[in-house]
Amino acid sequence: MTTAVSFAKVSRHFGAVRAVDDVDLSIAEGEFFAMLGPSGSGKTTCLRLIAGFEQPTSGHIEIFGTTVEHVPPYRRNVNTVFQDYALFPHMNIIDNVAYGLMIRGMNKADRHAAANEALELVALPGYGERRPGQLSGGQRQRVALARALVNKPKVLLLDEPLGALDLKLREQMQEELKTLQRKLGITFVFVTHDQGEALSMADRVAVFNDGKIQQVGSPQDIYQRPQSRFVADFVGSSNVLEPDFVKQLTGKESFASLRPEAIRIVAADGHSATVTGNSYLGGNTRITLALGDIRISALIPADQNVPETGSTIQISWQESDLHLMEGAQ
Amino acid sequence: MRSDGKQRAPWGLKLAAGLGLAFMHLPIALIFVYAFTTEDKSYQWPPPGFTLKWLEVTWNRPDVWEALKLSLQTATVSTLIAMVLGTLCAAAVSRTKFFGRETISLLVILPIALPGIITGIALRSAFSIADIPFSIWTIILGHATFCVVVVYNNAVARFRRTSGSLVEASMDLGANSFQTFRHVILPNIGTALLAGGMLAFALSFDEVIVTTFTAGQQSTLPIWMLEELVRPRQRPVTNVVAMVVVLVTVLPILAAYYLTRDGDQVAGSGK
Repeated sequence: MTTAVSFAKVSRHFGAVRAVDDVDLSIAEGEFFAMLGPSGSGKTTCLRLIAGFEQPTSGHIEIFGTTVEHVPPYRRNVNTVFQDYALFPHMNIIDNVAYGLMIRGMNKADRHAAANEALELVALPGYGERRPGQLSGGQRQRVALARALVNKPKVLLLDEPLGALDLKLREQMQEELKTLQRKLGITFVFVTHDQGEALSMADRVAVFNDGKIQQVGSPQDIYQRPQSRFVADFVGSSNVLEPDFVKQLTGKESFASLRPEAIRIVAADGHSATVTGNSYLGGNTRITLALGDIRISALIPADQNVPETGSTIQISWQESDLHLMEGAQ
Repeated sequence: MRSDGKQRAPWGLKLAAGLGLAFMHLPIALIFVYAFTTEDKSYQWPPPGFTLKWLEVTWNRPDVWEALKLSLQTATVSTLIAMVLGTLCAAAVSRTKFFGRETISLLVILPIALPGIITGIALRSAFSIADIPFSIWTIILGHATFCVVVVYNNAVARFRRTSGSLVEASMDLGANSFQTFRHVILPNIGTALLAGGMLAFALSFDEVIVTTFTAGQQSTLPIWMLEELVRPRQRPVTNVVAMVVVLVTVLPILAAYYLTRDGDQVAGSGK
């Protein structure tokens, strides 16, 4: 399998701030790769390093085997969908989409034909004559996508492209982006702070924190087998259990993660816990529990009764749901 | 909340507003009237008669043409200098962060806040220390100091409204710096530049104070008019010239107003 993008010990420092710190990374051709992390974790800087808007302080970046340090953005076969879409306000939609082809010197008839094709691809046929200001957020997002895809990039970079959309539109676009990526076979690198988005769309996810990659793996790996407390907590708000408690349960002294949805309320023979609060989430209810001085949270499905706050209940989980994080600190 | 926005003003307020406007604009109308008077020694009211002969007299006065030519050249060149420097400076200040950025921004705007007489004296002593003889270039230099501000202010306001990621998007799509400037930056700041340029031209065309200190023996049109008022000779000629100056300066200012009306600024028009 060809490597589309590779980072070898890449750092990008802004003064004393280590935005990206000693990152090794390899993204395969045709992969849908998500970079997930809180704001300021270095994921966007990594994307800008691939696009060429930032230069690494140290380390080595290759795109399809070619060293790209000192290659300006306009000579990289990579296109970006910007967070604010960055559509040119003085051009109509068709000229926006055809911009890259115009710069390459393609004649007007050909580039407009290609741009119309790209607009059809993103389900916006016939919108060519409008101005960016006349479109809704979701439509602008599609135009930005068409403008990038029309250049047939080898790698498409997406910087939190769904962040400004409402929930329903976001879910719809997630589905469409995934379908589009399968259809075109282009490598997608997708930056997001939304773990749901990363897990539902990506083939592989890299979790960023403090400029470093905490873990890279399939969504299942990341969610079910987190390797560090940060990943366990950030991806799906897992309960992180302290080593001495885990020792009581399993005999091994190590941190462990336990998913809130893995916890069941049982009639007897469980751990007894006091309910300290609840919050209604629609599909289920999150309750917080105290096991002695250990606090954990659990999800109660909508079809079950939510225990009253202050009451004492018995809880249990499958032994396989308790995931030991050996080596985590 | 008042539902009809077309509430009528009381007649007293209308009268006061009308009187205020008349107070400001009637003297200008008088200048126009005296351009056609038959009497040329003193401004006598009412004018004893009306004639078009002063238009012809003015047309045949070589000193008027020389002053007009000098003024047009000065205004054109200072405007061009201001447009290049003002745009570059605005781009630097609004696009990048560097040490001393705020200071530079302040120093660029300062000439418009300084009284013209200070700028004038400063430039004059600088020219004499550096032993630079007066020429059209000394006038242009003086005018460029405040013309730059007008262009800069207009360009900075527009740059701030133009998202920085547009430039990145353009480069991402394969355009180099020159292509990005030509296809993305220029179309976005074009009207602001045009408006700034027109204001700069109008400012330079009727400037007196700085010019007095930097012109030496040369006369721009406003300086020529000032001299004519002191030495009365065919007085209505001055009025004819004044009328032309008003028309020449009002038109670009009106155009600048209409060009930037949709935007949020006609910045720095207060000199």
